[in-house]
Amino acid sequence: MDTFAFLLQGLATAFEPMMLLYALIGVTLGTAVGVLPGIGPALTVALLLPVTYGLDAAGSLIMFAGIYYGGMYGGSTTSILLNTPGESASVITALEGNKMARAGRGGPALATAAIGSFVAGLIATLMLAFLAPHVVKLALVFGPREYFALMVLAFVTVSAAFGESALRGLVSLFIGLALAMVGIDQLTGQTRLAFGVPQLLDGIEVTTLAVAMFALGEALFVAAQGPDGGPGILAIKGRVRMTVQDWARSWKAWLRGTAIGFPIGSMPAGGADIASFLSYAAERNLTKHPEEFGKGAIEGVAGPEAANNAAAAGTLVPLLTLGLPTTATAAIMLAGFQQFGLQPGPLLFASAPQLVWGLIASLLVANVMLLVLNLPLIRFWILLLRIPQPWLYGGILVFATLGTLGVNPSPVELAMLVIFGTMGYLMRLFNYPIAPVVVGLILGPMAEQQLRRALSISQGDWTTLVQSPIAAVLLLLAAVALIVPMILRARGRGDALSQIGAAED
Amino acid sequence: MRHALIGAFLAAAAAVPGFANDYTIMAPASPGGGWDSTARTMQEVMQAEGISGSVQVTNVPGAGGTVGLAQFVASSSGDPSQLIVGGYVMVGAILTNASPVSLADVTPVARLTGEAVAIVVPAESPIQDIKGLVDAMVADPGAVSWAGGSAGGVDHITVGLLAKAAGIDPTKINYVAFSGGGEATAAILGNQVTAGISGLGEFLPQVEAGTMRLLAVSSDARLDGVDAPTLSEAGYDVVVQNWRMVAAAPGLSDEQKAQVLADIDKLAKSAGWQKALADKGWADTYLAGADFEAQLAKEIESTSAILKDIGLVQ
Repeated sequence: MDTFAFLLQGLATAFEPMMLLYALIGVTLGTAVGVLPGIGPALTVALLLPVTYGLDAAGSLIMFAGIYYGGMYGGSTTSILLNTPGESASVITALEGNKMARAGRGGPALATAAIGSFVAGLIATLMLAFLAPHVVKLALVFGPREYFALMVLAFVTVSAAFGESALRGLVSLFIGLALAMVGIDQLTGQTRLAFGVPQLLDGIEVTTLAVAMFALGEALFVAAQGPDGGPGILAIKGRVRMTVQDWARSWKAWLRGTAIGFPIGSMPAGGADIASFLSYAAERNLTKHPEEFGKGAIEGVAGPEAANNAAAAGTLVPLLTLGLPTTATAAIMLAGFQQFGLQPGPLLFASAPQLVWGLIASLLVANVMLLVLNLPLIRFWILLLRIPQPWLYGGILVFATLGTLGVNPSPVELAMLVIFGTMGYLMRLFNYPIAPVVVGLILGPMAEQQLRRALSISQGDWTTLVQSPIAAVLLLLAAVALIVPMILRARGRGDALSQIGAAED
Repeated sequence: MRHALIGAFLAAAAAVPGFANDYTIMAPASPGGGWDSTARTMQEVMQAEGISGSVQVTNVPGAGGTVGLAQFVASSSGDPSQLIVGGYVMVGAILTNASPVSLADVTPVARLTGEAVAIVVPAESPIQDIKGLVDAMVADPGAVSWAGGSAGGVDHITVGLLAKAAGIDPTKINYVAFSGGGEATAAILGNQVTAGISGLGEFLPQVEAGTMRLLAVSSDARLDGVDAPTLSEAGYDVVVQNWRMVAAAPGLSDEQKAQVLADIDKLAKSAGWQKALADKGWADTYLAGADFEAQLAKEIESTSAILKDIGLVQ
């Protein structure tokens, strides 16, 4: 049978009524846990694994697929409405998404996230079906030095366009990099900056920092303005649905996000967070409305949300073609395969085609179901913003604290939440951007480790970094991204850039 | 003889009715990893086999299990219903992290499963056998880069032991730590490193598909269906098993200890556990009571020595 016939057969399985029910349960649970900060899809799949012992292989895989895609999608809802990212891949969504929500455009923001996730999920799943064996060959070419070059590109593109506030942006970034140092060094096993606190040995949890900085910091900021102050939230302005202009501005961003997300997700050390950063940087550079960035540009939601869903599908490429789990969720799905006596690996496509194609077909079904489930819900979600501010922020505080503590019940975690929350408040007060701190925490350790690995393999020879063509091209791109804005600014064309950088909290 | 005695004692203890204890098993790792799946499999089987009426699993991840271990020691003293899962990785982590608590602070009960470590090279590598790899290291230790799991973990320790056995200075080895989860495998498949080292199960599918060449395994005897010599056969006196164990709380009375031991023994010998081991491809390396404690003491000593030789522990 050829690829297409297998896919049709898989779809036939996935459309059985019981299978549809499993898919529905999966996407509902996935969306719910994606919404809760701290509780990610990995934890949910792990907890549900025993439940699926009773189901057949197809049924439980369909449920996993639903949870997986649902979790990726659910994170965007809280990011946009409450400025509380549920997981690291939706941190960047909060930047523009929350601004839109505050301006009464929460409906279109949620819609572009949902439809973008759907479009990206659809295209990426089809790419997974037809291109996986080729994509994986490319992904394996990426070694430590190529990853390092990719991280440098991400750093530069995300932080270069800070305009007037370049200094502030870099200060924030370096705070993030410093926080990233905390914990056991991966390459030598030595402890850094943990001060004897055992909970710090594994470093600072990204979700703890993101929730504290974004949600707590903001709640404190609003509270400090007093009862009459505060930025004020407009629940609905204009239509809840996307306008023609919204569509026109979103579709290219969705496609670009997919094109960035899928290959990066397929790389064993890539990941949805890097994909979303790069997509955001790309949208910011390509937009025709630079003045809106930082104030609620719809491309800034559409691109990253498409990218993180495409990356989620990309993650399955190494899992299905090589048996390599590259995220925690993928690792647990691997355990799920083993439970049915399957050994994922280079031979899986040949040895168990029904199951692989069943999984791919159920991803498609889960994707459609997510859209059907979530689009009508948007009306209800945005009602959240009608809640009076003191109640809303009180709720956000409870919700953020419970989510973080639920995963890691320790007083140290709570203390970190409060400390970083206060820090987030102070940074807001003195007009320092917050996103670079989180970006630094996520990218810092990756860049450092890949650089040290590359140098270790080359025995300390720095030229190794430019000897690989891919790494050299990526570094060149990074250099261009760094230098071109400088030249533009020197020529007095910096107005647009400084506008981009303004009001970037 | 000793086994028979323990067995008889355990059988007697198990025969006493009405001992369906409740247990809480701590997995000192995130959900989804090896320790977590060991804990959850124990939970399943203990409930299904009627060894215990209710089993809870809690996750306390961090620092090779030492964060969970510290919390376990602090909160469970004298409580026979508390168990913790752990393994060889913990032995190394306790030493490298200078952990304030160690396995001496808990009551080791039994080793449950274990896996040999495997040494591979990419299929395109000119190196054909383990001797070729070691010769390359003798010529220039730094030129042979190893991809494996976390620093100071079982993979790193095995490379250190191999270097020592071959007369190479262990501080000179070029070990590149990857954060597990297939990243090391990807680096080997992508021909980024000279050699790779990890649990046999992680590499076997690749070896079968012909993308990697298996040079040696660290078990004490040849493994069924694995076409590679052991390190000892190849002339290097290195035997390493990445085992997983279960331990009980500190400060238990002898009776409580015997009861826990009896329950774990029943678990390890149950049909459900044997089936789970087979399904998951885990080897049965059950070793309980005093025998396990003696083995553990020996391994802590040798691990401590090699970590000092590599230079990870002062």
